[in-house]
Amino acid sequence: MMRFLLLFSRQGKLRLQKWFTPIPEREKKKIIRDMTTMVLARQPRSCNFLHWKDLKIIYKRYASLYFCLAIENQENELLALEVIHRYVELLDKYFGNVCELDIIFNFEKAYFILDEFLLGGEIQETSKQIVNRCIESSDMLQEYYCEGETDFPGTWRKYHGGVYEQTCILTCGLKGIEITAGEEYRSRMYCI
Amino acid sequence: MPAPIRLRELIRTIRTARTQAEEREMIQKECAAIRSSFREEDNTYRCRNVAKLLYMHMLGYPAHFGQLECLKLIASQKFTDKRIGYLGAMLLLDERQDVHLLMTNCIKNDLNHSTQYVQGLALCTLGCMGSSEMCRDLAGEVEKLLKTSNSYLRKKAALCAVHVIRKVPELMEMFLPATKNLLSEKNHGVLHTSVVLLTEMCERSPDMLAHFRKLVPQLVRILKNLIMSGYSPEHDVSGISDPFLQVRILRLLRILGKSDDDSSEAMNDILAQVATNTETSKNVGNAILYETVLTIMDIKSESGLRVLAINILGRFLLNNDKNIRYVALTSLLKTVQTDHNAVQRHRSTIVDCLKDLDVSIKRRAMELSFALVNGNNIRGMMKELLYFLDSCDPEFKADCASGVFLAAEKYAPSKRWHIDTIMRVLTTAGSYVRDDSVPNLIQLITNSVEMHAYTVQRLYKALLDDISQQPLVQVASWCIGEYGDLLVSGQCEEEEPIQVTEDEVLDVLEGLLVSNLSTPVTRGYALTAIMKLSTRFSSVNRIKKVVSIYGSSIDVELQQRAVEYNALFKKYDHMRPALLERMPIMEKTATNGPTEIVQTNGETEPSVVESKHLPPVTHSCISQSFDYLLLLTLCLGIPPMTAYNKNGLKIDFTFERANPNPNIAVITIHASNSTEADMTDFVFQAAVPKTFQLQLLSPSSNVVPALNQGTVTQVIRVLNPQKQQLRMRIKLTYTLKGSAVQDLAEVNNFPPQSWQ
Repeated sequence: MMRFLLLFSRQGKLRLQKWFTPIPEREKKKIIRDMTTMVLARQPRSCNFLHWKDLKIIYKRYASLYFCLAIENQENELLALEVIHRYVELLDKYFGNVCELDIIFNFEKAYFILDEFLLGGEIQETSKQIVNRCIESSDMLQEYYCEGETDFPGTWRKYHGGVYEQTCILTCGLKGIEITAGEEYRSRMYCI
Repeated sequence: MPAPIRLRELIRTIRTARTQAEEREMIQKECAAIRSSFREEDNTYRCRNVAKLLYMHMLGYPAHFGQLECLKLIASQKFTDKRIGYLGAMLLLDERQDVHLLMTNCIKNDLNHSTQYVQGLALCTLGCMGSSEMCRDLAGEVEKLLKTSNSYLRKKAALCAVHVIRKVPELMEMFLPATKNLLSEKNHGVLHTSVVLLTEMCERSPDMLAHFRKLVPQLVRILKNLIMSGYSPEHDVSGISDPFLQVRILRLLRILGKSDDDSSEAMNDILAQVATNTETSKNVGNAILYETVLTIMDIKSESGLRVLAINILGRFLLNNDKNIRYVALTSLLKTVQTDHNAVQRHRSTIVDCLKDLDVSIKRRAMELSFALVNGNNIRGMMKELLYFLDSCDPEFKADCASGVFLAAEKYAPSKRWHIDTIMRVLTTAGSYVRDDSVPNLIQLITNSVEMHAYTVQRLYKALLDDISQQPLVQVASWCIGEYGDLLVSGQCEEEEPIQVTEDEVLDVLEGLLVSNLSTPVTRGYALTAIMKLSTRFSSVNRIKKVVSIYGSSIDVELQQRAVEYNALFKKYDHMRPALLERMPIMEKTATNGPTEIVQTNGETEPSVVESKHLPPVTHSCISQSFDYLLLLTLCLGIPPMTAYNKNGLKIDFTFERANPNPNIAVITIHASNSTEADMTDFVFQAAVPKTFQLQLLSPSSNVVPALNQGTVTQVIRVLNPQKQQLRMRIKLTYTLKGSAVQDLAEVNNFPPQSWQ
């Protein structure tokens, strides 16, 4: 089984933490520190596998984010890389050219997507489409959209009007978008 | 009261903070606002507040005051509340918290909710972090959901069941009926999680394993369909259909086929098919191949299949992708024991990996290379490994050096080669060699009698070059001390003998004594070596001078040695040649080899190194300085006494006073047996009053021969700082004519000179 999944930036700031076994808070902080130190110290073209205590650590960098997955010794490392990639693809499909800012501002959604993909340290759904469909249906059930998307697009423009550029995690391409008044955004936000 | 600020607004605000202090201030302000909002039991914005709290928690700030709020959110009817509530529970409420159990009822209700997404939330939370109590309470609900026709819920219930089993293994039985037709599902999600559930059950219970063996044909069929089926957009990953499921099935097959001939045979074909047909251009194909190889190696596959597996690993080794090379090396390491010959075929590729730039790969390649060394390839392999030792990072050097020593010991084609190899390691990685290698090497050198001259010559030359590597210096000093005569007389046969004078040798050894690079241990070696040369060289005066200088050394260790050696020159000169003669061949023991040679402290307890009984006067493998203590005390004039004499067992005490410490009395017991049969398993134990300290050293033997044919001796050292009257209680145990005898006695008749 997988033991934990961490997402952190190149400066070592934590963006997501999922733990599949009960661990005291203090120890979680220590593990996060250890992981960020170990992974950020790796040379650029090294292999993606590390050993730490009795676990295998699989890490992969996507643009500015490091995905760090700890698996038990009998698990398949190469498949773990595929698990990380699948999660990134799911995020990308949901957010549309996902970038680190999306995950920062919509961290709870990143968790919801993760919880449709993994459960108890194992994969629960192998089909991308089904996971996406489930998330969209769940979103529809929400009594109000998450924090302020559709309320006042004009206001958002006042705050952040103009064109924004961000690096997409998957394709590392640039995207720009212009916000116009009256447009509806379901659950995305663009911000500096 | 204005509405609390939105989550994303808060995130935006906090990100504008320029310093840690500014951020802390913002967060404290917001936490205060959230706290008062919680106090007011504000239902509308509870969800927003908890979400903000979770963000602050991720930044590292405490959020425990939100735990109860999560429970309230879970109990709410609104889906958004539940979503955030369950997320908060998973982040803040693991089983170590007191309020954890309060969730149980809410989860139970939600497991029976009319909306499947609510049920999904409950299953997810239970499956991620349910405690044992919760699992016990809710296992029934999970089992019910495992039988539902709703595939969304079924797959979650399966993984939830896995979690329940992990937490409470006794509950495994109750899920058995539900597993009956899990594999006939078409839905891949359910199929995948079912395979995980079956795997978990088989791993935990041999009975379950036997029960599920009958599923092998069905699993083989499913796997076959996955491979043969055409493109399926829903599950396709780079041209392969549902690799996650394939790997999981392969793993279950591995568990089912292990040590079972029939099952293994049933899977042979499909394994061969997967191994040959899987596309290897992308990582995902290689992930499947990797799992296949692991399965082939673990079950009772036919030899053709095993060779195929090893060849796949061999191909992996040539892959450009580092991850794949790493995985190949790891797998080969696992299989090298069982399929040694097959792995040997890839030896040259493995050895090439020693030159890889990646640290993880280098380490694996090194471990594997050592595993592949055998009598046939030792020369070639050692050349590569020594080259690796020269050029590798410091983190590898210690392990590599140890590996080289081990391999050389096992497979050395000749003594000369062995010594050359050791020399090479000591000179290139001398400072990284482990401490226990020094005594092992010394023993090796001692036992290669015909190589002594060659060895000492090479070590001497190495010392001339470099005295910074302590293990090398220590071994060299020891050898020069022992074999200095061979060095000076130029007797080397193996190579051109060098011309060295006694003075040059002493110069080198004295250089070690004064050098800043030498550690105290090394200095001890050097001094002892110089001393030994007093019986091998003619320039005794020079040696006497050196030894007396160190009699006032600040280093207590050196001082003690020098003083004792001095005493040897003065009072016991007649014993010096016998004491310092050549070391005999040492037998390797199971515990530590001749570490006592290098124990510098006169107070160490020598372990029982030799099982041969050696009379105390001549050389044995006990610490050299300890020898002197024994001898120095022979004629100090304290009369011996009989401590015990009963049932044919007589124990005499003889006394020596330890020099320079007058508070230590050294007592040697001599046990003799006047009965007709040997006393075996003889153990002597002693205890003294609190103001004394006792040290009991190893006995010469534990068999006291019959009819006074010999004695068992053992040394007791008693520290008596307060100069009180010596008293002792002794306990004797031995076996005589098959029956065990035990006796206690008080010894009070110590002569006054022994403790005054």
